[in-house]
Amino acid sequence: MYVAVKGGEAAIANAHRLLADRRRGDRTVPALRLDQIVEQLGLAVDRAMGEGSLYDRELAALALIQARGDLIEAIFLVRAYRTTLPRFGYSEPIDTGAMRIERRISATFKDLPGGQMLGPTFDYTHRLLDPSIVGADADAPMQREAGDEEAPRVTDLLGREGLIEADGALAEGEDVGDLTREPLDFPLNRDLRLQALARGDEGFLLALGYSTQRGYGRTHPFVGEIRIGEVDVEFDIPELGFAVNLGRIRVTECQMVNQFKGSAKIPPQFTRGYGLVFGQAERKAMAMSLVDRALRAKEFGEDIVAPAQDEEFVISHSDNVQATGFVEHLKLPHYVDFQAELDLIRRMRAEFEGKREAAE
Amino acid sequence: MNAVANYNFAYLDEQTKRMIRRAILKAVAIPGYQVPFSSREMPMPYGWGTGGVQVTASIMGPDDVLKVIDQGADDTTNAVSIRAFFAKVAEVKTTTHTAEATIIQTRHRIPERKLEAGQILVYQVPIPEPLRFLEPRETETRKMHALEEYGLMHVKLYEDIARHGRIATTYAYPVKVEGRYVMDPSPTPKFDNPKMHRSEALQLFGAGREHRIYAVPPHTDVVSLDFEDHPFEIQQFEKPCALCGAEGVYLDEVILDDRGGHMHVCSDTDHCEERREAGLMGVMGTKEAAE
Repeated sequence: MYVAVKGGEAAIANAHRLLADRRRGDRTVPALRLDQIVEQLGLAVDRAMGEGSLYDRELAALALIQARGDLIEAIFLVRAYRTTLPRFGYSEPIDTGAMRIERRISATFKDLPGGQMLGPTFDYTHRLLDPSIVGADADAPMQREAGDEEAPRVTDLLGREGLIEADGALAEGEDVGDLTREPLDFPLNRDLRLQALARGDEGFLLALGYSTQRGYGRTHPFVGEIRIGEVDVEFDIPELGFAVNLGRIRVTECQMVNQFKGSAKIPPQFTRGYGLVFGQAERKAMAMSLVDRALRAKEFGEDIVAPAQDEEFVISHSDNVQATGFVEHLKLPHYVDFQAELDLIRRMRAEFEGKREAAE
Repeated sequence: MNAVANYNFAYLDEQTKRMIRRAILKAVAIPGYQVPFSSREMPMPYGWGTGGVQVTASIMGPDDVLKVIDQGADDTTNAVSIRAFFAKVAEVKTTTHTAEATIIQTRHRIPERKLEAGQILVYQVPIPEPLRFLEPRETETRKMHALEEYGLMHVKLYEDIARHGRIATTYAYPVKVEGRYVMDPSPTPKFDNPKMHRSEALQLFGAGREHRIYAVPPHTDVVSLDFEDHPFEIQQFEKPCALCGAEGVYLDEVILDDRGGHMHVCSDTDHCEERREAGLMGVMGTKEAAE
């Protein structure tokens, strides 16, 4: 006998209680602390901050614990918190040329001013599971005095000779957009596109970037430079008339140098793909710079033939919080619409049977 | 980190509400036109009613009485969750009774009871663009709306007839609003389309993930697209509601066993309960079920 399903509220409360239990797991195992996550799962924290678009390591760590390690869920938690924060204004553009560099590599030059620095990288580790790290301490890192030598960006070095296009400037009288405050209106300018890519899903951008390497919108990329380190964030206070330093953030920047043949108006020069992400997120920054360049196809008069070049396709689907919400909403009840379809299909089947019987 | 618990009335900050209200006003001024708005991340997932929630949060005052339904029912989990959200962040009175509500947020249904002047129906909309599955690009569909170029939609409906002998769209059935914009009524069954026509209530549509708000002001023409020789018609059910005996209402099919046994009951649970409380009974209705 059918009884109208009541008690949704109790069911939800009980489900959440069970969720909290599963999150905590075996009570004899010590509960995680935020500092453990911040210190020892730093790259997960970085990803939650980057795609969550909020630079706060502790909040990202909290989100990771609360999400039981589900990264997209953690990103969602960070975003939902971020959107409630008051907006004081916009900081000055960060100067990555003045970065306190921890890692810096270039694939285009063997040596360059400031040198190459491997930094804390997985590169050249042999991917052999190492049980000895469990519960163990690590050796202190090697250190040396920083020299006086500056480390200008590779693109600036190339730019001096005019070998690479200039960094794009905004048109006169135009302000940098803010995709968190204004609805996206396709086609986008590059400022909004880069914002969307910076918070876009790493996996999605990785796959799209990869697709350009396999010929779906090829861009002939070279890693001009990847640099990871800390930069100052400055905020201009109108009452004071000058910018004050708010603190430092760690970012990963990737400048991809791409081929371009030139045109009747422009002499041959390299073109840029740009990636910038919070924290240490090299894979994401590289994928972002590949996709950024691919999405500039129209600007360079290239044929748009591949998914990675299609702005509306890429940007409309790059946000994993939106994507996961809509994919997962399919588990919500749809029985009213399904009933409508059931009704129609039964009618059509009856007609079909009726015709067949009439024919026999 | 204690600030996490401090939110404004109805969750959204006042600046955001003002931005959304502006979009709503524009939407009301141009019935059926999709107004872009800067949708916020909400504490529930995109696709789960964030558009509706933002609209509701922006129009809600402390004296409002809120009803939330999903699939016509007040007790489906997502409806329960959204109602609980507003009870918590706005401390408004909530109800399951259609007549008592000043704001009704809905997913996939319009209540059976005729809505009255002063009531606002807020729809949760997944895909606001009626032309989306004919032309996925926003840049193109925007032009089509601007030029009132809706031939593609008529071709689609015609192809349905050619293939299936009838228009095979059963929900999210396209409508023309006030003789101008073709609009997606959200995935309500086409059964509900006639209720939108010249409704006394204000109807607001919020699509959070897609950053769009649109509206049908009271007493506005909402006409389902059709052809002279294939006029629009709504679903008819052969039997009345098994619990309350209602006819001419939308029914859900409930499977009773694994031998093909099923019954049909009102999708609008409030409507069904009110009828049973008034002593009306269907073939499988019992006194206990009404309590």
